Amino acid sequence: MTQNTHQAALAIRSLVKAYVRGKPVLNGITLDISPNGVTAIIGPSGTGKSTLIRCINRLVEPTSGEIIFEGRNLVTLNRSELRAARRQIGMVFQEYNLVERLTVMENVLSGRLGYVSPFKAWLRRFAQPDVNEAYALLDTVGLTMHAQARADALSGGQRQRVGIARALMQRPKLLLADEPTSSLDPKTSVEIMTLMRDLSNQRGIPAIVNIHNVELARRFATRIVGLSGGAVVFDGTPDALSDTYLKQIYGGENWLDDRDN
Amino acid sequence: MTATTDRSWVVAPANWPARFAWLVFAVYFAYALSHLELTPARFLAGLDYGHKFLAKLFPPDFQRWELLLKGLKESLEIAILASVLGLVISLPASLLAARNLMPSWVSWPARMLMVVCRSFHPVIIAILFVKAVGFGALAGILALTVASLGFLGKLFTEAIEEISLKQVEAVRATGAPFMSVIAYGVVPQVFSRFIGFASYELDSNLRNSTMVGIVGAGGIGGTLFAAFQRFDYDFVCAIILSIIGMIIVGEVLTNAVKKVFRA
Repeated sequence: MTQNTHQAALAIRSLVKAYVRGKPVLNGITLDISPNGVTAIIGPSGTGKSTLIRCINRLVEPTSGEIIFEGRNLVTLNRSELRAARRQIGMVFQEYNLVERLTVMENVLSGRLGYVSPFKAWLRRFAQPDVNEAYALLDTVGLTMHAQARADALSGGQRQRVGIARALMQRPKLLLADEPTSSLDPKTSVEIMTLMRDLSNQRGIPAIVNIHNVELARRFATRIVGLSGGAVVFDGTPDALSDTYLKQIYGGENWLDDRDN
Repeated sequence: MTATTDRSWVVAPANWPARFAWLVFAVYFAYALSHLELTPARFLAGLDYGHKFLAKLFPPDFQRWELLLKGLKESLEIAILASVLGLVISLPASLLAARNLMPSWVSWPARMLMVVCRSFHPVIIAILFVKAVGFGALAGILALTVASLGFLGKLFTEAIEEISLKQVEAVRATGAPFMSVIAYGVVPQVFSRFIGFASYELDSNLRNSTMVGIVGAGGIGGTLFAAFQRFDYDFVCAIILSIIGMIIVGEVLTNAVKKVFRA
């Protein structure tokens, strides 16, 4: 598949996910993600933002629909094909999901686990280029001096930096982030979003970011997708996201102004 | 809504089934106690027997120390080999039995195996193995291995079932093969608890290895039983003191092991 340079990095077609039969959380989502830029997904709690992100690397199994990535439909891959696809998709989590009792370095190197045999992984025998790259990533996120610290000794912001380093260690072709800043304070949130946007731009990796905070979405995303009731109700640039759309996405209107206070 | 009316609140409503259960327990306890026929006269006679028995125990007789040492050595072998074998089998078995990692058609048989291993006292399993492989330490080793699998397997499985799946999920999301997910997502979360459980099992096997000898499965227990039957109470005392010594040394050693791995 060489001729698809103009095609989307990721194409989601009529994606449906129903945890309970007949009650779909995602109700036929269709989206094309372009090969670069940050796509923010906003929407009220429980509307399926996390489900959407997790359907892409099948941490959640989609009920129906297609997700085309690198010319293959992720939904129908078997286990080993899925593992191969997951290697190319980095993921950043709301609660960082670092292995707490491993060192920062081990956590970053775990991004290479898809490429290392379990035996070598067990003995921590990673290839020298991988070790070099892990150090380079730690330099980038500013945690080199904590390389040998245990992950549970770090602060929230530091942990999320390790989470980003781990995801990039996969040399991914797509970066998923599920509420990466929801457990962080406002200042750290901005730092983490800056880091994600810059690294994603530098390396030409398209990023899909679930985010609660509309202001952060406006500030860091090149495109915003608004979900409501399991469907896309807004899809456009941050400038186009008017109050009218916000009301449509989140419902109600009083929360948008402070006249009643 | 002008005047506030009192709204009653209690921590929990009266639990009549629980009260009834306590009553049944108290009645049964009194009933069982009445069957002991513990009279003052019998108590005094018992004191007399006890006095004579204690007098025969002392001083302990260490003259047959070679026999004693041979028994202790065998008990130690049984305990250590059974613990290691039990550990080696329990690791994969507990992985298979963990319901958060395996589908139920895998975890169910593994759990059943552990329940069966746990349902008999080690001495009963030792009797079976003595019949199967003959008198000697092998029967003791096999019996305690089975017992270790039952207990370590259960404790390991519970530890695995309590891990944070978020960490596992993150490792899985990198496309890691199953064994690497185990090595990075599961093992670090349970390792220190496993060390604790394994050293506890070694401790417990050390105790049990002194007992399986009574039914002919090797170790110091056989020597102890024989001494009892020959009324060699001073030798019995020597054996008992040695067992206490061995258990204390074992406890010190397992504590040292735990300390080393906690770092």
